[in-house]
Amino acid sequence: MRNLHLNFGGVNALFDVSLNIQEGEIYAIIGPNGAGKTSLLNSISGLYHPQKGEIYFNGKNISRLSSYKRAQLGIARTFQNIELFKGMTTLDNLMLGAHTHIRSGALLGGIYFGPAEKEEIRQRKFIEDIIDFLEIEPIRHEVVGTLSYGFQKRVEIGRALALRPKVILMDEPMAGMNIEEKEDIARFIIDINEEWGMTVVLIEHDMGVVMDISNAVCVLDFGKKIGEGSPEEIRDNPRVIQAYLGEEAVI
Amino acid sequence: MNKLPAGLFNISYREDRQIFHTKFIRFWMVILLILIITGPFFLNGYLLSLADLTGIAIIGALGLNILTGMAGQISLGHGAFIGVGAYASALLTSRLGISFWLALPMAGFVAAAVGLFFGIPSLRIKGLYLAIATLASQVIIIFTIVHWRSLTNGTSGILVPSPNIGSFEFDTDRSFYYIIFGVLVLATLYARNLFRTRVGRAFIAIRDNDIAAEILGVNLFRYKLLAFFISSFYAGIAGSLWAHYITIITPEHFTMVVSINYLAMIIIGGLGSVLGSIYGAIFITLLPEFLRVIAGSLNGIFPDIGNALGALREIIFGLTVILFLIYEPNGLYHRWQMIKAYWKLWPFNY
Repeated sequence: MRNLHLNFGGVNALFDVSLNIQEGEIYAIIGPNGAGKTSLLNSISGLYHPQKGEIYFNGKNISRLSSYKRAQLGIARTFQNIELFKGMTTLDNLMLGAHTHIRSGALLGGIYFGPAEKEEIRQRKFIEDIIDFLEIEPIRHEVVGTLSYGFQKRVEIGRALALRPKVILMDEPMAGMNIEEKEDIARFIIDINEEWGMTVVLIEHDMGVVMDISNAVCVLDFGKKIGEGSPEEIRDNPRVIQAYLGEEAVI
Repeated sequence: MNKLPAGLFNISYREDRQIFHTKFIRFWMVILLILIITGPFFLNGYLLSLADLTGIAIIGALGLNILTGMAGQISLGHGAFIGVGAYASALLTSRLGISFWLALPMAGFVAAAVGLFFGIPSLRIKGLYLAIATLASQVIIIFTIVHWRSLTNGTSGILVPSPNIGSFEFDTDRSFYYIIFGVLVLATLYARNLFRTRVGRAFIAIRDNDIAAEILGVNLFRYKLLAFFISSFYAGIAGSLWAHYITIITPEHFTMVVSINYLAMIIIGGLGSVLGSIYGAIFITLLPEFLRVIAGSLNGIFPDIGNALGALREIIFGLTVILFLIYEPNGLYHRWQMIKAYWKLWPFNY
């Protein structure tokens, strides 16, 4: 990602931000509120189109692609405020995640018996692996609008996994959770990265978690990148300490 | 909510995806089918004509429910799309002499093409704004039909021939009943299957959260247009059936009142549910007849009630819709689910 500029009217949401996310990393983006973290993710997933700068994915320039095409390339994401399909069951939410992996259109789907059914069942097997992995078996057939916050967050991660992405962008997956739930999610993230082999880009406020699980950290402040490196480097970076961790860091 | 009976264990994904889960339900579905097939031999002409009208209304309501209930795109132009189908079918058969059996799907495709065109604004606008845009389509289409006299014969309407196979004419309520219900069964199965596969899921996803749908790889524009296409196709089929059933069509058959009636059907029946469309269409089609029967039986007590009927019908119709919106916004379908769930748990429903 090179020289990204994004502004809304006179507000510079992102100013000359360049990142390099390696395959297989857990890459954390941190920064104070309003620093542009979510804007950055929205630019990667195609909800915002930066005025200047380019985004490359596997060597391909994707800056002008619309977001559904980026999803087809293998970029999935979760949202800070849960954005699930509230009227659908957990299973249907995950199946929708596999949308790009199913071919049958309106004709075959409407006839149902034959290719469409086979395809649905094949996807279902994969979806069940995800359900198993995230430990959401009991709520498989529940409508997600009725689920608790913690479950909804998990379903959202599952939905992103169902896309079988190469990169999964997570916007504060642990917001509003207690320590135990955070540990669960942290374990899921590590497994997603190690076992499923997906690159994870993570926005998180809990510094403990960030330092523990990420390989690389990027710090944003007022739309500018003020530091990038391994967690240890970030911890010792004076500009980061000043902007984010607090002036008198006791580390 | 959608509870399965105790003791039923699905052991394959295929079983889990069935529409009818138990032998009990399958048995009653067969009974229902037999009743539908043999029905015309028990019903008198009046009831049969009601059944025919209801069948056509169900096909139209299914179409609108795919667009509005599933894909969440409010349409106030459904009546006009039905009109397009009716006129297309009428012109194809009476002017070009094409057989009804070919004209029926062709009318569907003509209406679908028109619906596709009027669906284009849906990419940019949604909710109320889209409703107004589709209202424009209603006005434009009816205006065109009324004023393009050389083609549509304006307000005086077109005479439409009855369908036939060889020398057998489908010109009675009873014979036409079978055409309508054949099409209806296919239309219902298609809609139900659409709901449980990829395209239907994408529609519901767009309704529930369009941004998240796009992030997951759903091409919004394409699927919204597809929803308009399928919905208008249903409308065209319903229109074609209507034209050949009534055998004379005029623009008054497809006014905005019709569009609103269809919207009322799916709201009362249940948005986004196939069964809901069926319940709603039955309810709205039979409501006026039901009111007429009541008025007739009250005639002895209130002699003038027959005269007040016209106004009364509109009022009760409006009142019903409002009451449904307040007390059962999820429609008859949801209420039926609740009743079923209650009895499944009874008497240990705690």
